[in-house]
Amino acid sequence: MTYSTTVILDGPGVGRALTRIAHEILEYNKGVGNLALVGIRSGGDRLAAELCRRIEQIEGKTAPLGAIDIGMYRDDLASRGTVEVGRTEVPFSLDGKNIVLVDDVLFTGRTIRAAMDALIDLGRPRTIQLAVLIDRGHRELPIRPDYVGRNLPTSRDEKIDVIFNADNCAAEVRLLKPQV
Amino acid sequence: MEFRHKHILGINELSRDDIVTILDTADSFKEINSRDIKKVPTLRGKTIVNLFFEASTRTRTSFEIAGKRLSADTINITASSSSVTKGETLEDTARNIEAMNPDIIVMRHAASGACHYLAERINSSVINAGDGAHEHPSQALLDLFTMRQHKGTIEGLTVAIVGDIGHSRVARSDLYALNKMGANVRLCGPGTMMPVGIERLGAKIYTDMNEAIRDADVVMMLRIQLERQGKTLLPTLREYAKFYGLNVNNLKLAKPDALVMHPGPINRGVELSSYVADGPQNVILDQVENGVAVRMALLYLVSGVERSEV
Repeated sequence: MTYSTTVILDGPGVGRALTRIAHEILEYNKGVGNLALVGIRSGGDRLAAELCRRIEQIEGKTAPLGAIDIGMYRDDLASRGTVEVGRTEVPFSLDGKNIVLVDDVLFTGRTIRAAMDALIDLGRPRTIQLAVLIDRGHRELPIRPDYVGRNLPTSRDEKIDVIFNADNCAAEVRLLKPQV
Repeated sequence: MEFRHKHILGINELSRDDIVTILDTADSFKEINSRDIKKVPTLRGKTIVNLFFEASTRTRTSFEIAGKRLSADTINITASSSSVTKGETLEDTARNIEAMNPDIIVMRHAASGACHYLAERINSSVINAGDGAHEHPSQALLDLFTMRQHKGTIEGLTVAIVGDIGHSRVARSDLYALNKMGANVRLCGPGTMMPVGIERLGAKIYTDMNEAIRDADVVMMLRIQLERQGKTLLPTLREYAKFYGLNVNNLKLAKPDALVMHPGPINRGVELSSYVADGPQNVILDQVENGVAVRMALLYLVSGVERSEV
């Protein structure tokens, strides 16, 4: 199948969205105090690192940063066959923390469900909040994001690609429409 | 990632890419073993039967823990407490177990090829946990994992395997695995314990242990399997220990940072002196620890292959 490509956000656009989200996270949580960011592999972890840098620039303090892989928590192992499982690296205690879970694209919500299960297996956070760069709709579970870069209504057969550059910074968000 | 093996019967059937996939997957699972809550829901609802026709503590426990940490239900059947002692054949035992619909059967058997025999006759996945003198793939994989953990890579390593090569399924699986990964394998043991023609599988053969371990990166000692042989292969254990035991002195011939490995259980004072078995170069307990992660990877990977495929 061939796709036509539309650029939804360019590099500066992604940067502005992330800067706004960083401000919103700090405003809602009243600073860095008990905050930690956890990105979902393999796009959310890179966005979480970018958010972390921005939070440090704004507040002058760093928030702990972790990454989780949800391969082991998927609910579709039987139908999808073997999916690659990556490493989970959360080098701090989650107990009592306000965790901001970061993902690139929010779609059915099943990834977030799996990620919350993974987090709760690692400890007992005080809260879990959700930050996403793109919310494309079509939720299948009762999950809603707290921080959104861009709401983007899509149809199910369209695809969203978040392109990262060599420094692992998000450079572009593309919408791919299938050509009939 | 492509992994299309419904059964893990031996290293011989796996490609280099398959081995790398298994080791990388094990790397991801290893982290779970250091958590407070050592359990993930990956294989929830799957049933794993550990069917052990030969004594085993390490391997059976390791597979059982691996299954449980992935939330599968694991059931152990050992020969001494099963209907095997009442005269049931392997095929009948397997058919009866299969009637209860397990997803994976992990089997150890004294007969070489028993796992192939089983895999041809039943629908469940079969993982070989040691069949006779043939193969012991999960042991070879955990050996590779431990070498990669300490040395960074396996390609180009010189690995000396010393002991009863003839009776050792570990040696055979390690030989296949190390060759596929590009290591240089040296096999060493008394002539009575060296199978004829084994050099054709891609190894250098030594009868002098000092030559075999000189400048090696890894020295892997095999257990003298007292239960598997008559007295004809060895005059005495003391003589064996003198010529083929690893001790502080001959270990100096290997590279200074050489790893000392052993599949266990150790005969202290026979193939390994206690100074070496407990010394700074030994990674024997790392092998045991890594065994759980490697077996989690195997259970996970065979589960992902659809039953209709293969």
